[in-house]
Amino acid sequence: MTLTLDAPRIVETRPLLEVKAVSKSYGPVQAVRNVSAHAYPGEVLGIVGESGSGKSTLLRMMNLEEIPETGSYTLDLPDVSGNLFELDRFARRMLCATKIGIVYQNPHLGLLMKHSSSGNVAERLLVAGERSFATLRQAATEALDASEFPLDRLDAPPIELSGGMQQRVQLAKAIALEPALLLLDEPTTGLDVSVQALVLDTLKRLQQDRQITMVIVSHDLGVIRTLADRVMVMRRGEVVETGLADQIFQDPQHPYTQQLVHAKL
Amino acid sequence: MSLSTLTKPWEAMSYGFLDGSAKRELRRKMLKSVAVPGCQMPYASREVPMARGWGTGGLQVSLTLVNPQTRVKVIDQGADDSVNAASIRRFIARVAGTPTTMDTLEADLIQSRHRIPEEVLRDDQVLVLQVPNPEPLRPVQPNMSIARQMHADADYGRMWLQLYEQIVRSGRVMQGASYPSLVHGRHVMTPSPIPRWDVPKLHMAKHLTILSAGREKRIFAVPPYTRVEPLVFSDVPYKVEDHGNLTCTRSGTTGFFMNEIPQDDSSSAFEVSDSEWGVKTIRAREGEGESRGETWYKDGEMPQ
Repeated sequence: MTLTLDAPRIVETRPLLEVKAVSKSYGPVQAVRNVSAHAYPGEVLGIVGESGSGKSTLLRMMNLEEIPETGSYTLDLPDVSGNLFELDRFARRMLCATKIGIVYQNPHLGLLMKHSSSGNVAERLLVAGERSFATLRQAATEALDASEFPLDRLDAPPIELSGGMQQRVQLAKAIALEPALLLLDEPTTGLDVSVQALVLDTLKRLQQDRQITMVIVSHDLGVIRTLADRVMVMRRGEVVETGLADQIFQDPQHPYTQQLVHAKL
Repeated sequence: MSLSTLTKPWEAMSYGFLDGSAKRELRRKMLKSVAVPGCQMPYASREVPMARGWGTGGLQVSLTLVNPQTRVKVIDQGADDSVNAASIRRFIARVAGTPTTMDTLEADLIQSRHRIPEEVLRDDQVLVLQVPNPEPLRPVQPNMSIARQMHADADYGRMWLQLYEQIVRSGRVMQGASYPSLVHGRHVMTPSPIPRWDVPKLHMAKHLTILSAGREKRIFAVPPYTRVEPLVFSDVPYKVEDHGNLTCTRSGTTGFFMNEIPQDDSSSAFEVSDSEWGVKTIRAREGEGESRGETWYKDGEMPQ
């Protein structure tokens, strides 16, 4: 009897997100140099690095807010094809609204601070073309509920909310249309440790419930360790090391990564 | 041939107050705005002897469009006899030598602030609306550069956010005037602060409407037979003011937009907002003959 083993799932599936050889400079500053990254469906990719290492620029490129000088970007989704950097801005806006969700470090970037929280979530659906009040209301409530936002503050404007709550509103907005890809840019920086833990908890649960592919950028190794399956270490616009999270944390190879891990532990 | 035979004799003022280049600028921008319905065209707004915000935009359009035969009607909140309307009417008559009228049916050009007359306008009439704030996106996008990009992209989702919040807060749409409307399926415009009651009058209207904001230096237009659709949710229908069953205490007319006049005993009396319609109704009642034309609203309802 011959035993046939199934190939591991990860080998069969193609990466959902694939960024190839992107470079971007701001004047004389080379922010990102020849960086490639990929994430499989349902996987959480963590990007760590010091300030100015290009990790946020990379994330903004994944959200199509910045277009690099060279490189390509593909998402393996049913009605998405080709290099996404070449899309016109209409297609880009629609894609960002329906397929990609983003949570910024600074809630002012992602939210209309003086409009209601539920309105902020509903805006996402409005951009995608939803025009029924009842549907908007229900979807906004559901998304806020899923991100563990207290529903009695449903219509409070984010400016009146605490930092942790504001991040939950951003998260609700990001997941309102059930995106295939969720981008998190330092989602817990600036929150105190207990609130940070609660927000991470919510993210973890969402990831398990919905199997969303996430890319999380942080300089905080604790956050990355809690959430990420695979880690990319960036420094001065280049990737110095990639590997499974445990690998990176237990057995860092590159001197910079070793420094980073030891500084933390 | 001498130079004096080629030039016009000296005049204290050009015809219609504005000089030739100002009128040319306005004509060009009016044509552009008619060509792209509802799109705000920037224009070189000139000084007129009136403070910004009092209808300088509308006045410049009127002064450009008139000729000595144009019958001019000017209304302010529906009234022909308010100080602002009377002054503008007198000014146009003085600098352009035009005949004036209060009768909507006789007028060739109607300059208006905040109202559209109750009688149906014909295809040979022009309505000029004074606009204080031409940008419908301002409440949701304070950055005007981004707002212009949003217009270019027809990215109007946020307009519904405004309506959403009003329904959430108050249970209904609270936008009373300047109700944002989609023109010709492309540009969202603010139809100047006319009440919701008047917005359906613009839809597929026979007349040309020009909206001009003098301070903000923007002009836009609704050409004849153009779709003007107020923004609504698919499950929350558009509603005009609840004036269909009110009766005017002075003229006794029913089913038109009313002004509410508070009384000493804290009750309200109502007076028809279109003053000329009230005058005509009183004339008909007193046996001076019927001069009322066809109205947009019939029995307080807008026919579909």
